[in-house]
Amino acid sequence: MVDWRKTEEQLFKGLMIASLLIVLGSLAAVFIVVVIRGAPALSLAMITQTPQGGYYLGKGGGILNAIAGSLYLAAGAIALAFLISLPIAWYLNQYAGRSKIAAFVRISLDVASGIPSLIYGAFVFIIMIGLHERVSLFWGIITVALFITPLLTRGLDEVMQTVSPKLKEASFMMGATRFETLWHVVLRQSLPGIVTAFLLALGRGIGDAASVLFTAGYTDQIPTSLGDAVATLPLAIFFQLGSPVPEVQARAYASGIILLAIVLALSLCSRILSQRFKKYVIK
Amino acid sequence: MAGKPITISHLNVRIGDRNILKDISVSIPPNKITAIIGPSGCGKSTMLKCMNRMIDLVEEIDIEGDVHIDGENIYGSGIDVSLLRKKVGMIAQTPNPLPMSIYDNIAYGPRIHGQRKRTDLDEIVERCLNTVGLWSEVKERLEDPAAKLSIGQQQRLCLARALAVQPEVLLCDEVTSSLDPVSAKHIETELSSLKNDYTIVFVTHILRQAKRLADYVIFLYLGELVEYGPANEVFFHPKDPRTAAYIEGVFG
Repeated sequence: MVDWRKTEEQLFKGLMIASLLIVLGSLAAVFIVVVIRGAPALSLAMITQTPQGGYYLGKGGGILNAIAGSLYLAAGAIALAFLISLPIAWYLNQYAGRSKIAAFVRISLDVASGIPSLIYGAFVFIIMIGLHERVSLFWGIITVALFITPLLTRGLDEVMQTVSPKLKEASFMMGATRFETLWHVVLRQSLPGIVTAFLLALGRGIGDAASVLFTAGYTDQIPTSLGDAVATLPLAIFFQLGSPVPEVQARAYASGIILLAIVLALSLCSRILSQRFKKYVIK
Repeated sequence: MAGKPITISHLNVRIGDRNILKDISVSIPPNKITAIIGPSGCGKSTMLKCMNRMIDLVEEIDIEGDVHIDGENIYGSGIDVSLLRKKVGMIAQTPNPLPMSIYDNIAYGPRIHGQRKRTDLDEIVERCLNTVGLWSEVKERLEDPAAKLSIGQQQRLCLARALAVQPEVLLCDEVTSSLDPVSAKHIETELSSLKNDYTIVFVTHILRQAKRLADYVIFLYLGELVEYGPANEVFFHPKDPRTAAYIEGVFG
């Protein structure tokens, strides 16, 4: 007689391995293609120079403008988003409880997370037109902050929800206020998760092209003020890929390697930081 | 210190539409150990939580009646719950160390209540850990995470943490139930040595523990206070047949 339970076990194990292979395989494929196509064009000049005249036709220079631009933009946006997200997440967890307001806020944030970044870009663009504003680092930061805030807030919210009520009670028992409990206990306990949520949102922000297309603009210079237009890596890749010149296309892939490296470095940092913050966490 | 009794009068507690405590009136003497006993779900923990207003955290709670501690109605207006909980310390059923070092766990209470000087904090940490007999075990690793301690040590840490803010009352909610027998014995010994300085109210479902520790006993049954008196009388000459039945082990 066939042992169905064993067959079932084998079947689902196989299914899980297959799913894993599909995901890892796609990731590896992207990596390999980008590296193979981009590596020959990768040079020190790519990351240390701004585009020279005729760069997009194959002449010299690099994409330091876009690297710096993306970093400025992402840093500003994540800082702004974090300042907005943390109080919302705190409110949801410590003050709103399971109220209708909390449920409404959570649903709103989930919907907001699902809106394509292009829509956020278009929305801010309309405001900019109304105010007679030109594309700039400032408006780019606003746009990216706007579209990563719901993601970050829900991320922080989920992380803080995992903090055991017993732990908060321990703090209240000592006479701590809600804010003291948040600041000293909930924050510490959820710090590893907060770092992860933070860097996931940052990764989303740094990799997005659509939201900054109308709002941050594009330039060959490194911005020197919030009012300057700013180039970003995703847009740099987009423009270079669109070039008919093969060398410029190769540089697009090289730029992809740089973007991947930045995102990889961020993930690595997040790993290391959360490991460090795990020391005092109560399991 | 000779404190005042904790006087509970006509305390009614409802959660949603369930009556958890029904018209409880009792006066708990200072500097004694009072045990609240009774079968599961009779309202023991609820009664305990009413004395430091941790009950406030329960949703849909409805409280009537007064609880006077130090001559002050803690359900009166203008009560600072933070100061109340400093005065009325609590130790939970399962050890709940905070996500920080051993040192910071003890210093947490004094810090939030305004104690900032490092030398004072050092002194408090050493004194409190000494009181619970943990100092010699942890003095070399005060910066280690509290979670690294054994469960028994964690519970003693929680006791030391409660002592650090110099409370007058200690509320203990089945504090030995998650511990091994040796650690439980430790905690019991420490509690009985603390009664000279603190008013201790502890909840237990272990009758033998109540017999060992308690000076006074409150027997709760289905939210009602059935019997209250000196431990010897309640255990050996119970007035109510329900108390007698519970103590003989007929139910519970």
